Amino acid sequence: MPKVKMPKNSPSLDMTPMVDLAFLLVTFFMLTTQFRPDEPVVVDSPSSISEKILPDKVMLVTIDSLGRVFFNLEGKEMRKEMLGQMGAKYGVTFDEKETNRFALMTTFGMTVQQLKQYIPMDEMERKDFMKKSQGIPYDSLNNQLGDWIRFGRLADAEKSGGAPVDKTKGLRFAIKGDANANYTAIKRVIEVFQEMKVNRFNLVTTLEQNPNI
Amino acid sequence: MAQIQSNEQDSGKGGKHGKVRAKKQSTHIDMTPMVDLAFLLLTFFMLTTTFGKPKTMEINMPVKDPTNTVKNEVNNALTFLLSGDDKIYWYYGELKPDTKLTLTDYSTQGIRKLLLDRNKQAVDEIKTLRENALKTKMADTTLKRMEVDIKGKKYALMVLVKTDDKAKYKNVINVLDELNICLIGKYALVDLDMREYDLIKTFQP
Repeated sequence: MPKVKMPKNSPSLDMTPMVDLAFLLVTFFMLTTQFRPDEPVVVDSPSSISEKILPDKVMLVTIDSLGRVFFNLEGKEMRKEMLGQMGAKYGVTFDEKETNRFALMTTFGMTVQQLKQYIPMDEMERKDFMKKSQGIPYDSLNNQLGDWIRFGRLADAEKSGGAPVDKTKGLRFAIKGDANANYTAIKRVIEVFQEMKVNRFNLVTTLEQNPNI
Repeated sequence: MAQIQSNEQDSGKGGKHGKVRAKKQSTHIDMTPMVDLAFLLLTFFMLTTTFGKPKTMEINMPVKDPTNTVKNEVNNALTFLLSGDDKIYWYYGELKPDTKLTLTDYSTQGIRKLLLDRNKQAVDEIKTLRENALKTKMADTTLKRMEVDIKGKKYALMVLVKTDDKAKYKNVINVLDELNICLIGKYALVDLDMREYDLIKTFQP
């Protein structure tokens, strides 16, 4: 007589549903993710109750706690155009390779002259450089920030073919200031914007509970 | 997991019954490494992803125009002078030679109470409007428009925010935030007057 064998309890479970879910999530995150741009400066924004979110197309001026100014405008073509104009004005020539590298960078903060040295650097060197950098000059004698803003707008107007019909889709101007920055620095940046006939800003803040009086 | 079928047992059985049974091939695949990898990727993307964009506060500055010399109406205006060490000084109405500053702070009992008291009429009106809107199911846009109307009325408080060279950015944002909370629609960031600067310097509680 054959022995009646007890079915061995297998320790393996059916992992298929779990794997399905895991891959679903992986796919979701892979497709929706936008890599956090590496910010060269740490800025601690003040908080407000405003719930408006930052528009997509934005020219961002960052001011850190020491009052140094940094600039960012996204869009490869726009950046190339802007750099060309900036170089022409300040007598600094950027070759093809440098221009392409600049197009892929994010926020920067130095004089145009220093930018030439900054572009070929690697991550580590850039970090060191940023620590020593004085930011973009924005006083009335050497107003490079104003020129970045002007050429950025020009480049944007050119690439998007004049003023957009829908005003909300146009280029917006955001100021991201550190909570502990002196207000005089922010005031001067606003002045620079106003000299360029920009009177509407988005001040970047973090969300805070609305007390609902 | 890995299942090893012993040949000996099979052949023993086969011998007894005189039949050769085909070996049953297990359909189980060990999925552990794949799952490990999947979760590794999942964790990576979850940690590097940024959810939501930063929030912003919109502000419109008046157009700078050298020909624009119209004086502001300051009949119902409150002026805040922001200084270092989170200090706020304020006075009401026009700046006169005998104007005295008062010191306040950023707490609920300080600036917010002050603003709500001074702007009582408009605040009450907006509150009743909101209650009515809830009852009558008024459209959001209509409600918003009516609120803006009230905020622009003559009796609604107007606020001027001035800063000296020691004020921090967060002070300005805090004040603008309080103005939004206290439903004040008319406000402006203005340059500090020399006389006001002196008033701050010689301030005595």
